[in-house]
Amino acid sequence: MKLSTKHLLGIKNLTKEDIEIILSTASNFKDVLQRPVKKVPSLRDVTIVNLFYENSTRTRMSFELAEKRLSADTLNFAASSSSAAKGETLLDTVNNILSMKVDMVVMRHSASGAPHFLAKHIPAAIVNAGDGINEHPTQALLDAFSMQEKFGSLQGLKVAIIGDIMHSRVALSNIYLLQKMGAEIVVAGPPTLIPKYISEALNVRVEYNIKNALQWCDVANVLRIQLERQNQPLFSSLREYNLAYGVSQKLLDSLGKQITIMHPGPINRGVELDSDVADGNNSIILNQVENGVAVRMAVLYLLSNNGN
Amino acid sequence: MKTILTQQQVALTVKRLAQQVFENHMQLDNTVLIGLQPRGIYVSDRIVDEMKGLIANDKINYGKLDITFYRDDVRMQIHKANKTDINFSIEGKNVVLIDDVLWTGRTIRAAMDALLDFGRPSKVELCVLIDRRFSREYPIQPDYVGRSIDTFANQKVLVNFEEGVQLMG
Repeated sequence: MKLSTKHLLGIKNLTKEDIEIILSTASNFKDVLQRPVKKVPSLRDVTIVNLFYENSTRTRMSFELAEKRLSADTLNFAASSSSAAKGETLLDTVNNILSMKVDMVVMRHSASGAPHFLAKHIPAAIVNAGDGINEHPTQALLDAFSMQEKFGSLQGLKVAIIGDIMHSRVALSNIYLLQKMGAEIVVAGPPTLIPKYISEALNVRVEYNIKNALQWCDVANVLRIQLERQNQPLFSSLREYNLAYGVSQKLLDSLGKQITIMHPGPINRGVELDSDVADGNNSIILNQVENGVAVRMAVLYLLSNNGN
Repeated sequence: MKTILTQQQVALTVKRLAQQVFENHMQLDNTVLIGLQPRGIYVSDRIVDEMKGLIANDKINYGKLDITFYRDDVRMQIHKANKTDINFSIEGKNVVLIDDVLWTGRTIRAAMDALLDFGRPSKVELCVLIDRRFSREYPIQPDYVGRSIDTFANQKVLVNFEEGVQLMG
């Protein structure tokens, strides 16, 4: 049993079989996480560096916990408190770290393609933990795992991805993954936050009225408004965004059906998602976080020997 | 290919193993049976079936243990994981591990590591259908043996529950 790739750079270059192997291994690890001893010795001879050039709570802690649950040794790197702040290049930084006998690199970077660049220049296995506006593969995998857990299968599942599609690496990874697994996708949000040619480029349906999207879907994956990536105003105010595109309980009640609510976090409460929806019975947001550890354990475990 | 045990012999052997385990652990009061995934399950399922003829069903604590994440060759190759299903405590119990073929002993070494993550048993015994003698890489010996055989390292023992046990190579 083997993945078709040495690195996890994105969902784009995974096969359907790869995704199935990762999800089924993740379900084995989820069982491990329910035991009194939530730990296995699989990666006890592996050292992993978490290289975070961008802020993160969930992803970094989730990776670190996954590494510890696999008994790997871990190193943490935060760009703000490192020599990257003195101007050391990415490649120099990584080569220096690797010379200390590190086997795998988990990297988040604000530049799209940064992990792909690294993969061409270093021998270690690389796991992309989010690169700019390109991909966030482990988030898409844990989203898929959570949906599969709830619905049994992704085949034919109707998923609406709602909000800031333009700046979202979660959206792109989710679209690639759901399409490979046979789900149906609608992306919804204001025209300024949806890339103009997305329906031609990725073969997804676009909906500018979010009520229509919600009425159609089984699952709504609501994305964060990423103000830090918007160089110019793309909507008039957060308040107005909430009124036109926010998911509120009142809106959900008007649908006459139950839909499952997901969000990759961090939530802007009262902007893209209202608090009563985020904390409501149909929200699986905290299940997503729980499943994240098992999914990342599966990815690290499956990539740990691919060099050999 | 040489047949070691025919289908009928396997059935008799399994029956004998069940009785030997039962003889040593009368009433099974403090004893649990654990089959090793994936192939040990075929043997342990049958041993448990035999035991059901010897004692009330609710006396039998039977679990399945997957050792994939405890293997010592993770960096060489990745194996598919199976389900672990142990829905009782093994703390202070006598555990009988059941597998199909004992060869290098590495699987059993991993199984003991995996087992200890579920508690501290008072005693662990090993029951195997086939013991490939003189080929151990770790100091591990079985307590209950269906059939001991002498083999070369390049030979393979196939346990096929439709046809019996065969030696290849």
